[in-house]
Amino acid sequence: MSGLRRGSVCLGLCLVAALTANAQTDAPSRRSGYHDMGKPLQAMQDDDMANPGMLWVGEGANLWNQRFAAADKSCADCHGAVQSMSGVAARYPAFTAGSDQPVTLEQRINLCRTQNQRADRLADGSRELMALTAVVAHQSRNQPIAPPDDPRLRPFIAAGEALYRLRQGQLNLSCAQCHDDNAGRKLAGVTIPQAHPTGYPIYRLEWQSLGSLKRRLRNCLVGMRAEPYAPDAPEYVQLELFLMDRARGLKLETPGVRP
Amino acid sequence: MGNAVHAEDGLRPYRIVGDAIPAPLTGEAGDPERGRAIVANRRVGMCLRCHSGPFPQERFQGTLAPPLTGAGSRWTEKQLRLRIVDAAQLNRDTIMPPYYRTDGLERVAKGFAGKPILSAEQIEDVVAFLATLKDQ
Ligand code: HEC
Ligand code: HEC
Repeated sequence: MSGLRRGSVCLGLCLVAALTANAQTDAPSRRSGYHDMGKPLQAMQDDDMANPGMLWVGEGANLWNQRFAAADKSCADCHGAVQSMSGVAARYPAFTAGSDQPVTLEQRINLCRTQNQRADRLADGSRELMALTAVVAHQSRNQPIAPPDDPRLRPFIAAGEALYRLRQGQLNLSCAQCHDDNAGRKLAGVTIPQAHPTGYPIYRLEWQSLGSLKRRLRNCLVGMRAEPYAPDAPEYVQLELFLMDRARGLKLETPGVRP
Repeated sequence: MGNAVHAEDGLRPYRIVGDAIPAPLTGEAGDPERGRAIVANRRVGMCLRCHSGPFPQERFQGTLAPPLTGAGSRWTEKQLRLRIVDAAQLNRDTIMPPYYRTDGLERVAKGFAGKPILSAEQIEDVVAFLATLKDQ
């Protein structure tokens, strides 16, 4: 009897040990969508001469130094060389001066445009905005995603997680059902990635262009036959915050290449 | 589950008995040839996004769901009908979309709102086709 009980205590302990081991190996099993692509696309991303996203990075570097009419100031006049942006993309979205909501990197760039340069807001997804975002995010390439430990962000991250788990659209699917439950399986011919925002902005072959995480999320919503959020909707920021928190520690790759 | 009549605005009512819908939604049997085309069509049936099946000409098939090959041996037409109409009635958490349901869905895109994924006629065509998929 007592032997049996001792046996079951051991069983309990062993189970706990096994579960903790599992929890520890869980984190490293997170992987960027980079690893779900074929070798040719990985090679394209890895080689700056072949990676089409580097064209936008180059354009962004020019824009960084360009002065604008009203304030006659370039980004460089305030920030210095673009290398000063090292680490910034790894901690966005974040709260920032002049906004009572967390903002994405693109929104932060536009705040500088309108408030500091007194220039026009760059249109969502425009070539200039993508180029500036690309050159800024490129300064964090190979750095781990490191969201700030800001308690004000928590409700926004939680809202993002709720959206991630919401079943929506005519197909009644949630992000989690594909990207947590079925990552690694094939949807038609495509391997479902874990949806880590490691490469943004990405050069997507299907777009033949560089595009934002928001654009990628819109594609998934359309695929679910769900109504995409309005272009300036806070939902995109919430989802991005949740995805960045979930990807904490994975390395940024900007500009990523994706199929 | 048992024996319930299911009725939604704009959709034909049906009766569930056990894990099946015994009667065709349209009152008559579907056409397996048309059903095959619906299943293979990526925009209409979308089945091969998740399932694979005996479609040697279709290169990209899914691995999220059991293969359709043999579905006609595993299930009767009546059981297949409920699985296509609303698989969530058998498994709440399934990712198999509800092909003939419009209520209880959130944020459906404008172009699709209020419409089922397939019409009653298309459901019957798909059921008729799946019934021909016997294990070799
Ligand atoms: C039916 C499955 C499905 C659903 C539901 C879905 N996605 Fe995706 N998602 C995919 C597939 C497949 C890809 C990769 C597509 C490709 O590479 O062409 C992808 C790509 C992504 C990526 C890009 C990852 C990378 O490596 O760049 C992100 C981020 C993402 N999805 C987030 C989401 C979010 C957030 C939602 C919910 C609003 C969602 N997805 C819903 C299937 C899905
Ligand atoms: C988004 C993914 C998805 C799509 C699209 C989809 N299915 Fe399914 N289907 C599933 C999954 C997953 C199951 C497994 C049962 C469960 O989850 O309850 C399933 C189960 C089935 C079954 C029962 C299979 C068995 O042998 O147990 C049949 C039959 C079936 N699906 C047919 C279809 C047909 C026909 C279509 C298109 C008209 C379709 N499915 C579209 C995911 C999908």
